[in-house]
This record gives sequence, C-alpha cells and structure tokens, in this order.
Amino acid sequence: MPTVTTAHTAVLRTEARLFRREPGALFWLLVFPSALLTILGLIPAFREPGAAPGGLRVIDLYVPVAVLLALAVAGVQTMPVQLTGYRERGILRRLSTTPARPASLLTASLVLHAAAILGSVLLALAVGRLAFGVALPAQPTGYLLALLVTALAAFALGGALSAVSRTVKAAQTLGTVVFFPMMFTAGVWLPVQSMPETLRHLVEWSPLGAASQALAQAAAGEWPSWSHLGVTGLWAVLLLTVAVRRFRWE
Amino acid sequence: MSIIEVTGLRRAYGGRPVVDGVSFTVDEGEIFGILGPNGAGKTTTVECVEGLRVPDAGTVRVAGLDPIADHDRVTGLLGAQLQESQLQPKLTVGEALELYAAFYPHPADPGPLAARLGLTDLLDRRFGKLSGGQKQRLFIALALIGNPRVVVLDELTTGLDPRSRRDTWQLIEEVRDSGVTVLLVTHFMEEAQRLCDRVAVIDRGRVAALDTPAGLIRGAATATVISFTPSRPPDPADLAALPAVTATTTDRDGRITLHGADDTVTALLSLLARHGITAGRLRVTDATLDDAFLDLTAGHAADRTDRES
Repeated sequence: MPTVTTAHTAVLRTEARLFRREPGALFWLLVFPSALLTILGLIPAFREPGAAPGGLRVIDLYVPVAVLLALAVAGVQTMPVQLTGYRERGILRRLSTTPARPASLLTASLVLHAAAILGSVLLALAVGRLAFGVALPAQPTGYLLALLVTALAAFALGGALSAVSRTVKAAQTLGTVVFFPMMFTAGVWLPVQSMPETLRHLVEWSPLGAASQALAQAAAGEWPSWSHLGVTGLWAVLLLTVAVRRFRWE
Repeated sequence: MSIIEVTGLRRAYGGRPVVDGVSFTVDEGEIFGILGPNGAGKTTTVECVEGLRVPDAGTVRVAGLDPIADHDRVTGLLGAQLQESQLQPKLTVGEALELYAAFYPHPADPGPLAARLGLTDLLDRRFGKLSGGQKQRLFIALALIGNPRVVVLDELTTGLDPRSRRDTWQLIEEVRDSGVTVLLVTHFMEEAQRLCDRVAVIDRGRVAALDTPAGLIRGAATATVISFTPSRPPDPADLAALPAVTATTTDRDGRITLHGADDTVTALLSLLARHGITAGRLRVTDATLDDAFLDLTAGHAADRTDRES
C-alpha cells in the first residue's frame, strides 16, 4: 500500500527532526563516549606502552569502551525513555486511529538510534586514531559483526525496559539503575581485559562484558570468538522475548 | 441513512462488564451524543467504534465496515480525538498537521484547515507550549485532516475554561454543518443539550435512554421545576401529597424546590393560599437535560457527584 510507505517516511522525517531537538540525548549518545576517551587519553600514564595486557596501552582498551558506552546510553537511557513517553502520552494510541501504524514510530526510533550509534562509533574510532594513535580494528568484518550483535542486544534491552516501565519516570529510574552495572561490565572503570581473572570470567557472562572481549579480539586482528558473540546474542534473544511479550501499545 | 451501527456491544475488563449490550445507530450528518456518568462505559463504546478495542460480543459497523477487520479503510474515513492524549512536546503545530496529512490518501489542505480552527498564528509553536484550548483545537484539526466522514470527539471540552468551551462548541457545529457526522462523548449536560441532535444516555454499561435532548426532557418524570421561599414552612406531608410531585428538597435558607408537572403548580398555589403562606421569589422552569439525566440514572448514587464535575 503506497499510503503506508508514505506514512513511514513521514514519521521517520518528523522523528529525525525531533531527535535533533534533544541536545541532552544527542550529547550522551554522540559526544560523551568520545569526550571520555579524550579525557582519559590526556593522562600520560594511559599512553605508556605495555601498561595493559598484550603489550597494549590503556588508551587502546578504551576505544571499545567508548563504543560500548554509546550502545549502553542508547539501550538504557534514550530509547526506553522515548518509547515509554510515546506510550504514556497516547501517541502510539493516536496513530492506531489513523491509517499509519504505531510500529512506524518504533521503527523510526530504531533507525535514528542506529544512525546515532554509528556516528558515535566512527567518532570514537577517529578520535582514538587521530588524537592518540590507536590502531583501527585489524579485523573490520569481525568488529562490525560484534558491533551488530551488541547493537541488537542494546536495542532489545531498550525495548524490554520500555515494555516493563509504565511511565517515563519509571523508565528513567530503571534505566539509571541498570546503567551503572552496564558501565562497569563495559569496562568504564576498569577495562575488561585488565580485570582480575575471576572477575573477568564473571563479567564475560554479561552482554557488554562479552561484547568487550569480542571487540578487543577483532581490534587485535583475530576473529571474535563465537562464545563471546554467543553470550551477547543470547542476551539479545532473551531481552527481545521479554520486550515482545510484555510490550503494550497503550 | 445511518453511518454508525452498534448492535449488542459487550466488553468486559477482568470479568467486570463495562459495556453490557449497547445498541444505537448514528445518522449521517448529525451530532450524536453519548452522555453518561464517569465509568459508565462511554469511552470503551467509542473505542470499539474507532477500532482500538475488540468487542467481546456484538457488532460495530462504520459505513458498513468492521473497524477491526477493515481497520485501514475505517481509519481512513473516521477521525478521532482521544481523551487524555498528547503529542510529542517539541513537535510544532505545523509539523503535526503535515505529518498527519501524510497518513491519508486524500487529506485536507493543512493551511485552510489551520485557518478554520484559528491555528494559523500558532503553526511554529511547539505542542508543549500550547494552552488547553489551543491543544484541543489542534486535536480537532488532526481529527479532520484526513477529510473524514465521521469524527469521534471524546470529552473534548473537559478541562477548558467556559469561554474556550463555548468557542469549541461553535467549531463542532461548523464541523457538522460541513457535512461531517459527529459522535460526541461528554458528561456535560449543557454541552449535550446545546449541540446534540440525539443523545444516548449510557449508565452502567447500558443505554438508559436514546432520544433528542427535548424528547429526553419530555419523557423524564420531572417536566417542571418549581422553587420558592415560603413566608413560613409548609407541612412537608402537604407538599408530598401534591399531584405529580417526584422530589422535594429544602435548602439551608428554607427555599423549597419541587420537581413535578404543570398540575403541581396550580395545586401548590392553592395549597399555599389556603394556609396563608406567601411564596417569595417563585420560579417555575422547564426541566433541563440535567434533571432528565438524574431521573434516568436514579439509584446510582455515585453519579450525582460525578455530574457536578
């Protein structure tokens, strides 16, 4: 049906405009991960070769951390708050009374968050490469695959959080509670590769912990191990099931 | 010709019937009111017409189509204003009109529509900055943007000041005059009496009465309301014994209000004359829809407070 296509395009165009009107969300999604990377890169000790496992510098480990941070912000903060708001304000319901589909708002949110994440990842890679001489991923295909699987998990988490939150306030509170363990397992305080062995093995069972290992492997030129990709992928499936089962349009 | 047909509609939530066998038809070109106390099942009824709810039993037809099975075609010819619904706070009025116009195959031109609803100066204003009346005007515009044959307006004027309410009534009349059928949900008697060609009174999930506002008033037990301040209190038993009296109330200042019929007036006057009582500030008025509504929903004590809100 041509109308449905037109409606989807119109919703996407409008949502893109509204996305640009949220400077707070754009800062946390696009600027914050690279800003953190820059601040850490200015610490001389973090640029010392051999300070991290595998003869790497600490700053080398923080490029994947910045990438994961962008994904965590999208999945835990901006997306659930946006989708819950659309339900709470009755916008999804209103779309149900028109020939457009309320799902087109969800699609638009996914597309725009994916674009923002891609921008954020490219920015982090560029800042790492240009400012601190961090090598670009040596296994780009594996890196992209790990990124895709992790993005899927982050979006599934965003969907699940908005499915279980009835109000925007609840989504914000829940998001903040989940955000801290997400940052920890992404390696913001201590990169996963530098964690003591027992802790590292534990963190590898979390979606971002496993993703961190997969990204580090791909960055070093190896194919990311299927066990790490599998853990993140399994989380994606699990969270997606929760999202689909629990999501209400009104 | 009827454009909306609802037959034997039932819908329960958690085993509790909210709509319990509602039937009515709406003729093309009329303003049809659905009136009832809060929680009577008004909104659920119109949600079934809009295709937002699947009925447990009964049939709903909009221009002969099933709102669930023919969702795409029904949404194309029915515009809805929803109770307690918002838009994205940073969306401007102009962008909202443009967006919703893109949903329909033959939309109205947003420019003239905005002008008709007094939105021209607000096109660049964000939704979050609009006043209550401006938001409602935008919602009417969004309900009309697809050039619908029917619009459903659910508690459109709730929360508006009296001035905006009257302006909105004028707009609804203009919508009807342009040939669009209006299904209006309200709990304001004055609104129903002023606007509606016909009214269905819904109480506890059933249609308690369906008629023109004038017909409802005529059919109610109370046709005449008499009020006066007596020079000294008459015997309550004498008042109750007057012909056709249905209710007697005395307020704190001793003013008495009788609900009855024409016969009551003459009988009351001779009663007062016999006892040498004068009736100060005597007023005899026709009952309003308010009185008819109270008669129809009598025995449902909780409604009496709702009706004041």
